[in-house]
Formats: sequence, C-alpha cells, structure tokens
Amino acid sequence: MSEHTHDHDHHEAEGPHVSLKEYVIGFVLAVILTVIPFWLVMGNVFESSTTTALLILPFMVVQIVVHMVFFLHMNFHSEGGWNMLALIFTLVLVFITLAGSLWVMISLNNNMMPGMMG
Amino acid sequence: MSEATMTADVKTQDGQLEFLVKGDHHPQNGTLLGFWLYLMSDCLIFAALFATYGVLARSYAGGPTGMEVFDLSLVAINTSFLLLSSITYGFAMLQMQANRLKGTLFWLAITALLGAAFLGLELYEFYHLIHIGATPQTSGFLTAFFALVGTHGLHVLFGIVWLVTLLFQLKKHGLIPANKRRVFCLSMFWHFLDVVWVGVFTYVYLMGVLP
Amino acid sequence: MFENLDLTKLIFGRLTWDAIPFHDPIILATFAVVAVGGVAMLVALTRYKLWGYLWTEWFTSIDHKKIGIMYIILGLVMLLRGFADAIMMRLQQAFAFGDNMGYLPPDHYDQIFTAHGVIMIFFVAMPLVTGIMNYLIPLQIGTRDVAFPFLNNFSFWMTAGGAALMMVSLFVGEFAKTGWLAYPPLSGILQSPGVGVDYYIWSLQIAGVGTLLSGINLLVTIVKMRAPGMSLMKMPVFTWTSLCTNVLIVAAFPVLTAVLGMLTLDRYLGTAFFTNDMGGNAMMYVNLIWIWGHPEVYILILPVFGIFSEIVATYSRKPLFGYTSMVYATVVITVLSYLVWLHHFFTMGSGASVNSFFGITTMIISIPTGAKIFNWLFTMFRGRIKFDVPMLWTLGFMVTFVIGGMTGVLLAVPPVDFVLHNSLFLIAHFHNVIIGGVLFGLFAGITYWFPKATGYKLDEFWGKLSFWFWLIGFYFAFMPLYVLGLMGVTRRVSHFEDQSLQIWFQIAAFGAVLIAVGIAAFLIQLIVSFRRREALADETGDPWDGRTLEWSTSSPPPPYNFAFTPRVHDLDAWWQMKQHGFKRPESGFIPIHMPKGTWAGIVLSAISVACGFALIWHMWLAAAVTFVALIGTAIYHTFNYDRDYYIPAEEVERIEAERTKVLANV
Repeated sequence: MSEHTHDHDHHEAEGPHVSLKEYVIGFVLAVILTVIPFWLVMGNVFESSTTTALLILPFMVVQIVVHMVFFLHMNFHSEGGWNMLALIFTLVLVFITLAGSLWVMISLNNNMMPGMMG
Repeated sequence: MSEATMTADVKTQDGQLEFLVKGDHHPQNGTLLGFWLYLMSDCLIFAALFATYGVLARSYAGGPTGMEVFDLSLVAINTSFLLLSSITYGFAMLQMQANRLKGTLFWLAITALLGAAFLGLELYEFYHLIHIGATPQTSGFLTAFFALVGTHGLHVLFGIVWLVTLLFQLKKHGLIPANKRRVFCLSMFWHFLDVVWVGVFTYVYLMGVLP
Repeated sequence: MFENLDLTKLIFGRLTWDAIPFHDPIILATFAVVAVGGVAMLVALTRYKLWGYLWTEWFTSIDHKKIGIMYIILGLVMLLRGFADAIMMRLQQAFAFGDNMGYLPPDHYDQIFTAHGVIMIFFVAMPLVTGIMNYLIPLQIGTRDVAFPFLNNFSFWMTAGGAALMMVSLFVGEFAKTGWLAYPPLSGILQSPGVGVDYYIWSLQIAGVGTLLSGINLLVTIVKMRAPGMSLMKMPVFTWTSLCTNVLIVAAFPVLTAVLGMLTLDRYLGTAFFTNDMGGNAMMYVNLIWIWGHPEVYILILPVFGIFSEIVATYSRKPLFGYTSMVYATVVITVLSYLVWLHHFFTMGSGASVNSFFGITTMIISIPTGAKIFNWLFTMFRGRIKFDVPMLWTLGFMVTFVIGGMTGVLLAVPPVDFVLHNSLFLIAHFHNVIIGGVLFGLFAGITYWFPKATGYKLDEFWGKLSFWFWLIGFYFAFMPLYVLGLMGVTRRVSHFEDQSLQIWFQIAAFGAVLIAVGIAAFLIQLIVSFRRREALADETGDPWDGRTLEWSTSSPPPPYNFAFTPRVHDLDAWWQMKQHGFKRPESGFIPIHMPKGTWAGIVLSAISVACGFALIWHMWLAAAVTFVALIGTAIYHTFNYDRDYYIPAEEVERIEAERTKVLANV
C-alpha cells in the first residue's frame, strides 16, 4: 500500500471509531453462535443429519453477520457506502459461484453418471 | 460524494462558474477502501475453494470419510483460539485509539501468539491425518479439504508474518497515521479470516461428520 | 538420505541441454533473429547511454502516464508475437491437405495455437486495455495520479514479467499443447508431463497478480479521486466503463488464481482435484475457469465500448446520445456477465434445465449491448461527422461487431451449440467480436489519444491504409471459417484429408496476409508520424475539439497533470469550460504533492519471474531461495516510509509559462 507519511489528517475519518462494548458484545455473540452448532453436532441432538445441517447453516450465516458488524465494523456509511456496496456485490457473486457450481455439477452427475451418485 | 454535491455550483465573484480549485487539493486516502476490495477478491478465492469442496465432498474414492478422520474437539479448541485472537486484536485497536503504543504492542503480540497456537494445532491435525494415511492425494474429498483448510492456514501464517513486521514498524515509528492505517488494514484481514473460518468449521467439519 | 542427493538435479532440476530446441529450424531461426535484435538493442542503449534515462524516467517511474505507455508498448510487442503464431497456423492449414503434412509437426502446431490464444488475451488485449485505462482515467477525472502509484508500477512489471516468462518458453523447453484454457485431464501431469503447462500456469499467475492489483488500484482511483463536483453521473463514459471493467477484474481474476492453483497442486503434489481417478472431477475445472472466463470477455470489451462512446461524441460534435442509458447498460452487462458462463460448455451434459437457464441469460445480455449500438447510431444521427481514422475504426467496429454479436446469439441457443460447439464457426464468432470489437477499439483509442500522450498526431494516410487492410483482411480471414464451421470442421486441427475444404482455408490465409499488411502499415504509421512530428505537432492540447478533461491539459501533460485541480459542474466538463470562455490561469501556482519513483516494482517482479522459472523446472533450491528473497524484499520495501515529495511552485510556474508561450503561437 502506498501511504504518505506526512499525511494531511485534517479530514481525519481514517477508519471508524471502535468501542470496547462493541467488541465484547460481538465476542459473546460469536461464542454463543459457535457453541450451539458444535453442541448440536457433537451431542448428536437430532437423529436426522438433514435436520442438523439445516439448523447449523443459519447459525453460520448469523455468526458471519455478527463478525461483519461487530469486528469488521460494517455499516452503510463507511467509505461513503462503497464498503457495503462492495460487500453486497461480493456476496451475490459468492452465492452465484457456490450455488451455480453445485447446480451445474450435480445436474451433470445426475445426467452423465446416474449410477455413481451416492 | 457529499463533497461533490456541495461544491457543484461554486461561482466566482462576478457570477461566473468557478472551474478550478485554487488552493491545495488532496483527494481522500484510498488505502482502507483498496484493502477492503482486496479482501473481497480474496473472498472469491475462498468461494472457488468452497465450491470445489462442495462438489468433491463425497468423492471418497475408497478413502476415509469426514466422519472417520475429523476430530471435532480439536476443531473446537482451534476455533476458540481464533475467536480469542479476534477480541485481543480488538483490544489492540482500542489501545491504539487511545494512542497507547505499549498497550497496542502488547495486545498485538498476544494476538500473534494465539494465531501461532491456531496454526500449530492445525499443523498437528494435518500431520496426524497424513500419518494415518489420509493424505491430500488419497481422494478428491481429502484434496479439497486440505486445499481449503490449508489456504486458510496460509492466510493466518501470512497474517502473523505481517503482524510481526508491524510490531517492528510500530516500535520504530510509533503510532503515526501511516502505521495506524496498517494496523487497521491488518485488523480487517484478521477478522476476515475469522469469517472464513466460521464457514470452514460449519461447512467442512460440522457438516462433514454428519452421517 | 544424503546418498541420494544429486547436486546437479538440486540446482538445475529437470533443466538440461535437451530443453533447448536445437532440432527445430523454425525456432532456431527465430532465436537467431531475436538474439541478434536483442544484442543490437542492448548495444544501442549502452552506446547512447540510455540505461540511466530508462531506469529513472521509465522503469522506476510511478507516473501513471508513463506506466500506461509502457503497458501499450508491451501489448503492441506481444501483438507481433501473437500474430506470428496466427499466420503460421493459417499457412499450415492452407497447405496441409492429403499427402501434404504441412511444415509444422502436430506437436509444434499445438503449442502455437495455445500460445496464440494465451498471448492475444493475456498479453495483448489486457495490457492494451489496462494501458489505456491507466493513461486516461486520472486525466479524465481530473486528478494527479492513481490511488496507489507504487502498486501501479508493480502491477505493470508483474504483467511484463508474466509475458517475459511466456516468451522464455519459446526457447527453453516448450509451451503448453492444451489449448488456451488448459483443460484437464489433458493438462494434468499424466497427459502433459513436460514443462509446457507449468510455463502456462506460472506466467498467468505472475501476470494475474498484476492484473488484480491494477484493478483494485483503478477502482479506488475512480471512487476516491474524482475532481470536486464530478458526481458519478457526471463521469465521462470511458471512466464509467472502466469502473465496471475493474469491478469485473477484481471479482473474476481471483477465481482464475484459485483454479490455476488447484491445477498446480494436481501437477506438483499429485492431488486429485481434476484427475480421472481418485474421485477428481475434471469438469469442475471447466466450470470454474469459465466463471472467470466469461467476465473476462466483458473486461476486454467494456472499456472499448467507452472508447467508442468518446470518439463518436467527439467526431459527431454532439453530446453522447442517452448517456444515462449507456451507464445503465454497462452496469447491467457487468452483473449479467456472471450469469452466463455455462454457455461455453452446453455440450458437457448438465441437462435441459441448466442449459436453458444459461441460454436465456446469454440472450438477455445482448439487449443492453444492442442498446449501446443504438446510442452510438443516434449520436451520429444529424451530427457533423468527421471521418478521421478513429471514426473509421468506429464505423468498422459497428458493422463487424453486430455480425459477431448475432452469431453469438445463434450460439447461445443450446441445440445450435450442440452442432457448432468447438467448430470453426465458434472460432469465427469470437474473432469477430474480439478483433471487430476489442482490437478495432484499441486502434481507435490509440489513434485518438496518441497526440495527448506524445504531442503529435498520427499520420492520416498510413492510418487509413492500416484500417482498410485490417477491415478487409478480417472479412477474408474469418468469413470462410463460418462456412467451414457450418460444414462441421473442428478447431485445433493441423491436417485435413478432405481436399474440397482447402479453398476456404486458402482464402482465410489470404485474409491473414492482408491483416499482416495492416499491422505493417500501423508500424510504418508510427515511424512516419515520429519523423513528421514537427508537422503533426499538437500544441493546443485539444486537437480534436474534445469534450472531456484530458483535453484541457497540454500534450503531453506535465508530470502533475493539472496545475490546479479542475472543478466539475456538468457532464463533458471540458466542453462546458470552453463554452464558458474558460481562461487558463498564468500565475498563483502552488507546490504540488507527488509520489516518488521506486525500484521495488521491477525488482519484485524480476524475483517473481526467477521464482516462477525455478518452479517450472523443479529447481527446488532456487525456488526456495527466490521465494524467501521475494518475501524479504517485499517486507523491506514496507519499511520505506518516505514515498512522496513536492514539486516546488517555481517549477510548476516554469512549466506553465512555457505552455503559455506555446499557446500564444497557436
């Protein structure tokens, strides 16, 4: 990165203001959101794998949001909203890459190697 | 953009449109945004690796399954190292905000140690897996697993190297704006690795051991 | 353990004298020419004591204008190499019928078509596009440099390093014989045990670092550094299309990096991503590489759409018709380009639902593209059009690109694609859009902005000659391929039995010769223009009566671009300034804050190339050493905090006073 040493900090606003409260709330939430899925899987709480999988995925999503908000300080104002715009765009692309690849490849396997699914 | 709209119709004294900025004009610094964009691109590297893992996750090729090789308690300990390291990095940020160099250095060092602990445990896991014959060459599943988790591990390693470099730079120059910006960039990097890890432990480990 | 240690192997890996293709007269002759030319150039540089000048003024420069020019020179040099490959293929196919096996053995032919594709996309089109963006974006948005000047220099050298590594493969070892996307399992270690695919991987990975970083850099530049008053909807169209292109670069290239990384692991560590056995899945490679590959197509074409928009508006002497719709069309293309990748492999067999989804998205994406064509037509409508060379390229583009677009929509229909997949029809289609679109646009852009960069215009006569030979040559070279493709001829074939096809290939070869004349005319144009630079000089800085801010500075612009940062009130800022009788200030200058040049970019790139070469040849010791050196140098560079300086006000005043004098004589 190319920084300028004698930078002109009169228009400060270098990174958001952070607070202890924010980090502590984030940490506590993150711990809770980590412990529950581990407990669900390690404690064999549900018989069915599908139920467990469908339950732990939302925990993943929520925990990612928690990290984004409390640790990465994402909001709609930082960098004039460009950070958030970039993030949303990236998430859409991540979704397209993951869901698209799986859809394409699973359809392919179903069509071309029907005997080998399992 | 607010600046842009505010200055839209600046006029000179005789009512003409003003076409120049007569004083010193400094555009905003773009380092934080640039680094964020880099992280977004990194995110897509992981997306490709996750997609590959998703496609190959059940290609055992006669080799072991996730249920047979994953040790969840190990993963739980590792996850706690990483979670702890994010809050210690947070403490470093708070110290930096209060302009306390020593505190910043202290908490950054703790963060590096936690990162090293994470990495050590992960290396132990890899060593153990290879030892019992679950090598990356064994099956498509293990290939994709080692690649995804290993890439995350390499990022952590890179983060630690960066962190140590930064400790020296902070010692040398103190909390000057350039260094503060670097600490901030590294914090984004570090917390971003957490986010990826959340995906890894849920999608790879937890869902991998489900029957 | 140590008794197995073979010192030669440790140092040289699998590099032996056999790697030098002494047995191949074609390569040997090429090598002789390159060696003689190279030595002559080195001698000339030493004789005229130009090394110091090149090093301080160019190689270590972080001035976006100089970096842009270096990108363009790189692209033009590589164009010659890529075209040499093209004409060799055309000649081979024109003769290799029946008993005549042609002059290229299949083994060599395969390397040539691979190299042609890789070079033309990665080392011609990409550097030219990046170079023009680099040169123009800061000027168009009224700023003094890009957001990260050092990274800019580093990006250029990484791109150049990748190109250099690729060129080394010509003389040391071999290049990939896999086609330009190196599909496994053919590119896997079992089927391609040689160094060809490794050259492919490492030259693309090294160049890819450069591309990604320059994408981030230009993106931040556009977002953060626009002149006061220039809101998003007041940006020049070229800047808009560049913004979208760089979004695509940042979002697509990581996927290429990842997928090439996986192929590397398969080849170096024997993992099972894309293997036939052990649960690998080769089709996943195809899937992933096209997730990068399709956006890549738009990375190339979007900036060119911007170039045409600027040119059409200037030469029709009208504001661009439908600016807003142009912007929205660009944004829509940006997003949609991520939803069409499967149309490159309809025949893979994902089934009707998948194929129809991607077929429909592909057809949808032609709508915003069509809208753009109409915008250009309406801009020209009732304009006072000047048929200068850039405008000729634009018109040639509009006709040619529409044909290419329509054959593209044809291929987007999955059942049609099942017939035409991998046929010469496809080859004709994408050359139709890449030559008729990207390349014509780049030539138009180079001609249009040449006086800005050098201070003199390009010679009209040779420019027109080059245009007509390119245009006619293109139709001769590629229309026969449509015919052949419809008859079922597949791509990448070096010998044919059916004599009735020969005439079509001979017409195509004739077309390639015409294009060769077009390229020669372009080079002559550069030389003639340089020699006539006094007569062709542009002293106003605004030779075409332009509309955007780059025409408000001198040609070539001073290092700091603008003595005072412009303030923007409307679209076509410079046009508005001229309408309002803007007067250039001649006093009151202040010191200007500028970044310093640095050695780090070229050195880091050189070490990366060395590391790549060592990895290709399995020289593990050298690879380890260069890798450590790379990391060490990068860290060392971060300890340099002294990266900028001020141009004193007197210096600014001196430069501006000179310009005042020149302008007084116009």
